[in-house]
Amino acid sequence: MADSFAFDLVAPERRLASFPAKSVQIPGAEGDFTALPDHMPLISSLRPGVVEAEGVDGTRAFVVIQGFAEITPEGVTIIAERAFPREEVGRAEIEALLKEAQEKAEACPPEEKDVAEKLVADIAHLLEMMV
Amino acid sequence: MPSLKDLKNRIESVKSTRKITKAMQMVAAAKLRRAQEAAEAARPYAESMGAVLGNLARAARDSESAPKLLKGTGSDQTHLLVVMTAERGLCGGFNSSIVRLAKTRIEDLKAAGKTVKILTVGRKGREQLKREYGDLFIGHVDLSGLKNVGYGNAETIAREVLGRFDAGEFDVATIFFNRFKSVISQIPTARQIIPAVVEEEEGAAEAAPRFYEYEPDEEEILARLLPQAVTSQIFSALLENAASEQGARMSAMDSATRNAGEMIDKLTILYNRSRQAAITKELIEIISGAEAL
Repeated sequence: MADSFAFDLVAPERRLASFPAKSVQIPGAEGDFTALPDHMPLISSLRPGVVEAEGVDGTRAFVVIQGFAEITPEGVTIIAERAFPREEVGRAEIEALLKEAQEKAEACPPEEKDVAEKLVADIAHLLEMMV
Repeated sequence: MPSLKDLKNRIESVKSTRKITKAMQMVAAAKLRRAQEAAEAARPYAESMGAVLGNLARAARDSESAPKLLKGTGSDQTHLLVVMTAERGLCGGFNSSIVRLAKTRIEDLKAAGKTVKILTVGRKGREQLKREYGDLFIGHVDLSGLKNVGYGNAETIAREVLGRFDAGEFDVATIFFNRFKSVISQIPTARQIIPAVVEEEEGAAEAAPRFYEYEPDEEEILARLLPQAVTSQIFSALLENAASEQGARMSAMDSATRNAGEMIDKLTILYNRSRQAAITKELIEIISGAEAL
């Protein structure tokens, strides 16, 4: 069994990370999980949370807001709608995102309300964890 | 023969035009670098998105429940053309080449008896198409006053397009934009975004398809991934377009500056000749006057 695999984190505007990792902790839509090498193929959507990738030289963390993770035995690719390195975001940024999500939730049509409100709740939860 | 004063004014005016085109060229060069970097930085996302979607789509395509965004509506009667152009002119053939491509497509579709609808992004394309196809317009997205295109702009356009698709307003959507190849070469491109086109990889059909686990489930993931893929394609088209626009403007302004230089040289020669001619004429007058005495 290989002891590391390719880890990629991309956001629409840029590639945030691309390095070999030993394990990646992912905030999946149905709960956090950790991907290790030779993981079975899995595609999961993400909820707002923190991705932690343990690389050869230390662990790096990223805040992601929505997106997908594609996991294959050879690697993990995270396609995030929004992502920031953990050290670049503070409470203020998350609060701004929360506000934006709340406004969106209020404006969106009723059939999408559930999804939008879940997003608000998830970001609020993330905010609590950030303290 | 224009008078000396006229020529002098003319030279001055061409000189100031040259200053302006030179400045525009330098501004475009600076913006081009930024636009190109942005386009390159966005590429990994589009590639990963395409790869994931490709894997998913190949597996889901044949199933009955595949979403419409992937499988299509089962008809190709109504086409939506999203024509992306610049907000500003003075960039060579940039806008007209997209418009020309779109026009050819419109005529082809009309000849085939299809219904065509047009959504324009960018003022220039709207102006050029409005004259002939004003009745086909269903909307316009205004990006003027915007310094850099962001993902948010792509989301706005995508929401507009997807909303209309959900409402059953069209069956096939194609985006028109200029693909950035180099500073001197931009390729007008049409790309179908709805239903999603899955690129067939060479040899991929041979290899055993990957069977993924899905979380939450396949349908839900596809339902979220497909709109995002549309957004991603629109976003990369916007970025390619922005880089192409600056590239086209830069080379157009470069040749304008060069032309102005040539014109100044020619006018200066003409100016000197007529000045000398005037002096010679005066001398002849004086001499022949003296001889007559």
